[in-house]
Amino acid sequence: MKSPVASPVSFRQIVPWVVGVALIALPFVYRDPYHLHILVLILIWSFAYTSWSMMGRFGLVSLGHGGFMGVGAYVTALLWNHLGLSPWIGIPIALVCAGALALIVAYPCFRFRITGHYFALVTLALSGIVLQIITATRDYTGGSLGYTPDRTKGSHLVALQFDDKTTWYLIALGVWGVGLLIWRWVDRSMDRYALEAISEDEDAAAAAGVNVTFEKLKITVISALMTALAGALYCQYQMFISPDTVSGIAVSLQMVFAVVVGGIYVALGPTVGAIITIMLAEGLRIGFGTKAVGWDNLVYGVLLVVFIIFLPKGILGSLLERIKPSSKR
Amino acid sequence: MQSFLEIFDIYLLEAMVNGILLGGVLALLALGLNLIFGVIDVTWICYAELVMIGMYGMYYLVQYYGLPYYAAAPLTILLVAVLGALLHYLVIAPLLGAAPINQLLATGGVLFVLQSFATVAFGIDFRNLGIRLPVLQFAEMHFSYSRLLSFLAALVGMVVIYLFMTRTYTGTAIRAIAQDRQIMALMGVDTKRIYLVTSALGGALAGLAACLLVLQYDVHPFVGLSFGPITFLICVLGGLGNFVGGFVAAFLFAEIISLGGLFSDLEWGYVLAFAFFIVMMFIRPGGLLARRQ
Repeated sequence: MKSPVASPVSFRQIVPWVVGVALIALPFVYRDPYHLHILVLILIWSFAYTSWSMMGRFGLVSLGHGGFMGVGAYVTALLWNHLGLSPWIGIPIALVCAGALALIVAYPCFRFRITGHYFALVTLALSGIVLQIITATRDYTGGSLGYTPDRTKGSHLVALQFDDKTTWYLIALGVWGVGLLIWRWVDRSMDRYALEAISEDEDAAAAAGVNVTFEKLKITVISALMTALAGALYCQYQMFISPDTVSGIAVSLQMVFAVVVGGIYVALGPTVGAIITIMLAEGLRIGFGTKAVGWDNLVYGVLLVVFIIFLPKGILGSLLERIKPSSKR
Repeated sequence: MQSFLEIFDIYLLEAMVNGILLGGVLALLALGLNLIFGVIDVTWICYAELVMIGMYGMYYLVQYYGLPYYAAAPLTILLVAVLGALLHYLVIAPLLGAAPINQLLATGGVLFVLQSFATVAFGIDFRNLGIRLPVLQFAEMHFSYSRLLSFLAALVGMVVIYLFMTRTYTGTAIRAIAQDRQIMALMGVDTKRIYLVTSALGGALAGLAACLLVLQYDVHPFVGLSFGPITFLICVLGGLGNFVGGFVAAFLFAEIISLGGLFSDLEWGYVLAFAFFIVMMFIRPGGLLARRQ
């Protein structure tokens, strides 16, 4: 089907390094705060979208990732504000919470073979629950009005709060890079073949000796942990979270949308999706100002439908396919 | 203490009756979604948004064109039925051969489109019909007349659908397709036409629900989110495509929400309902009324 194993051409081995160095050097050469801000947002969301597509590419379509992201963001911020726990401790705790949540919901799902539509709808319930809990505990979380982590003065390493965009850019870039590395690691592992077999036919995979429940759980937990980290980072960077921006069904659908547009089966697909969606939203916002409210989602929605009908492999996936039709990809 | 218990019981009873009344509308919504799923094997994620458009339709027909409520309702039902047919024709039909999850995601895209269309066209203000129905008082309990009306109308709507499904040729064909997709085409039934009719029917049910919900809730572009997810959960809990299961699940959910709301905030009623759903999925993955394999 698709096997993005790099062919041993030196050109293809050099390109990632060159691009990587260029990306690291960028904020030292170019310092426009607005553009850096957009880049940071793109990187953080790219990471979130990548983590969704970790399981999405194997046919495990989850609509609960908004829930994991919300847990990551809110647990970190709540621990900081109420207990004074530094995000350096708070983020791991948030990740553990998200991982536990993923296990609690996913294990029975996989054990009882809830797949396809049913899996999507069970996970939809998960993001619904997280959204409702955040709204219901408004005495602690601020409800739908949103929540702000307490500010320290200036940049502070312990509080993980930085004033300058450059630091955030580098952090986001690093996390994004790690996300791609995890993707690559999964892509080259035996798990990938096991999961692809599972997505084709669970019974056949089980008969061939694949531990179906365990493999699915593994990828789900990895994906949930990464999504929660993205949520925590988003919270620390924006210093403002609201249930609508980090949790709920809209965020889950937004993830699916960006990944489908970018390309679900290729490593950089989610990144391309993030670039397109964020640039589109920003472009409309700058071009039309407050009149653009609603227009970005209108365009998103139409694009999503058009893409699923005509380009189900996404922009990057289809491009790569067109560039080298003869290769294994 | 004695008097406290008496008051408490009255509230409990009131909440339970209100739960049943809420269940009627939820059952109507679930019926439409189940119909689509059972026959076409597609989940319309944007179902609640169709209801939202219908509610706006009611609002404009009644407030701007001055139509009486009972004249506006059939027009709205017709409008949403056409929308449902269009949705099938434009989005679902090209995807019938694709993976089921693609169809689900495409309707997710339609959800975005309808929501933002409403934002752009109608603005984000909360609007209502301005019809205030009286509150019924019965044995120290209060019920809103609009809820009672919705409940009754929902029941009538469901009976009409039942008669249509059992007494007409088209209805029989729809039920047959739900049982076996491939064979019916060989039996000389035009599946494309049946799909289109079913979609229009599902849309009409959404339209009816819109006419009823607009009496109780204000309309805004995101109103679909407040009852959309619940509708899916009801359908899955009852077993997707299982009409009776959906009916039972709707009342179960409505009671949980209503009683949860009695003891605490309304949000906790929803949290309880969601949690109940997840637990039930593990106990009965195939739906409430499904036999365990």
